[in-house]
Amino acid sequence: MAADGVLAPSRSDVQSADAMRSPPVAVHNLSVAYGGVPALIDVTWTSPPSGLVAIVGPNGAGKSTLLKAMLGLVPAASGEALIHGEKIERQYGRVAYVPQRSSVDWDFPATALDVVAMGLYRRIGWLRPVRRADRERARGYLETVGLSDLADRQIGALSGGQQQRVFIARALAQESSLYLLDEPFAGVDATTERIMTNVFRKLRADGALVICVHHDLGSVPEIFDHVLLLNRHVIAAGPVVTDFTPALIAKTYGVPLEPLGQAKAAPDDV
Amino acid sequence: MSETSSQLLDVLLLQSGYNTTVVMLGAAALGIAAGAAGVFAMLRRRALVADALAHATLPGVAIGFIVAVLLGLPGRTLGFLLAGAAIAALLAALSIQAIRNHTRLPEDTAIASVLATFFALGIVLLSVIQTLRTGGQAGLDVYLLGATAGMLRHEAITLAILSIVIAAIISLLFKQLVLVAFDIEFAQTQGFPVRALDLAVIALVLAVVVIGLRIVGLVLIVALIVIPPAAARFWSNHAGPMTVISAAIGAVSAYVGAAISAVYPDVPTGAVIVLVAFAIFAVSVALGTARGLLPRYAGRHAWRERRP
Repeated sequence: MAADGVLAPSRSDVQSADAMRSPPVAVHNLSVAYGGVPALIDVTWTSPPSGLVAIVGPNGAGKSTLLKAMLGLVPAASGEALIHGEKIERQYGRVAYVPQRSSVDWDFPATALDVVAMGLYRRIGWLRPVRRADRERARGYLETVGLSDLADRQIGALSGGQQQRVFIARALAQESSLYLLDEPFAGVDATTERIMTNVFRKLRADGALVICVHHDLGSVPEIFDHVLLLNRHVIAAGPVVTDFTPALIAKTYGVPLEPLGQAKAAPDDV
Repeated sequence: MSETSSQLLDVLLLQSGYNTTVVMLGAAALGIAAGAAGVFAMLRRRALVADALAHATLPGVAIGFIVAVLLGLPGRTLGFLLAGAAIAALLAALSIQAIRNHTRLPEDTAIASVLATFFALGIVLLSVIQTLRTGGQAGLDVYLLGATAGMLRHEAITLAILSIVIAAIISLLFKQLVLVAFDIEFAQTQGFPVRALDLAVIALVLAVVVIGLRIVGLVLIVALIVIPPAAARFWSNHAGPMTVISAAIGAVSAYVGAAISAVYPDVPTGAVIVLVAFAIFAVSVALGTARGLLPRYAGRHAWRERRP
């Protein structure tokens, strides 16, 4: 499903050759503060061209803030984040964003299919309503995440994992090559975790870049290939094999290196 | 009794004179606009803001009256009163925003303070107006609780046209308004102008409030904005049908309420309209097919029966 969108940008707003050469995400000396309290300090990071990236760090490390700064949802105090070499305002609609599940009202009058169709709104255009063909398209993305049976269910009547998959399907509907997800694996069931991991791998195979804020250190090596260790500053960034080391993890979480077993288990509930 | 009920039937069936008919259709149009705009006031949790804006129109109505009198016009010139109301409501909205942005007070505190202060100013201005040597003061209290009696035909037509314009704007922006109400950050990453859309919701609510002053009154207009969508929610799990149902409930409430008040001219129209809306709400809570109590109970019961 994602293949046609990624490999052959069929949309009218084809990216400039320049934008295609630039890394999907480049953050330069970015600082963000909330009410005078610094959340991110002088973050500089260049994403790989494609792959699966985990942003990892303790609570309050600024992981979600970094994601939101990339999307222009929080203002930068200094520095900038560029998407395909351009300001986010010029790339809106080409970035698929999956917010934290808790950020929306699940009592909202919408079914799973209604929410997935929201990922098509930009392409549908301002004044055109959602038509049958759009809904059929949306149904296809629901099928990708294994929810075609629940298309007409009100979103509040879905389990947490199913809600997360609805959000993933909405992101897939954008046919993007860049996906930014805020804790997609938090509190989901094993089926959802398996389906999401497969979807991400398929996206990677199609050349997309998927960046997840991630909480569970234990699953980083099996799901992701790149890691960004963050604790307001960038502690380390690179391939999981070289940079996801016990020493760097301990440095990120600010805990002593010994005993390692506890250091690995603890951060989830800090 | 049967005489009044047959009289009510005549009114409901538009058999009681051209003027009453125009006023009732104007009320129905207002109900459509209020019900449709109300969906987004509810989904964006702006019901209290709507109430504050409504109460805040009172000083605007009073100042509009005074300005008209100073210009040598009849005090109750509708255009002056509504323009004053709109300006006052706008100032109230800006005040709420300023308090919220520049202090650490909770939003409901800001809303309650602004509502009461503007309303108090309006009450003081009304008593000032009572001392003026001009006619028409007595008619000003219809803006508190609403009245259809004495409404001019062209006034009703103006209000109806404005209501239809509001409903048309909502149907054009519908998809975007739903998206912003559900997930504003996602909407922003899609490139939609979320601040403008969010302001549009407030502007639409403000417009409904101002247009509804004459018929429903500023004390109760919030009910015509809040109750229809609350009732409609029990009938549908989709924003689109919910909005259509809400507009229909608003229209029926305003139409029937205006008809009843045409038969009993002493009862404030706004109060009757709100009671009709509440009756529909009560039925919706009980019977609504999407999440009404009875269908839910029946569904659970059927599920138990099916179990082996």
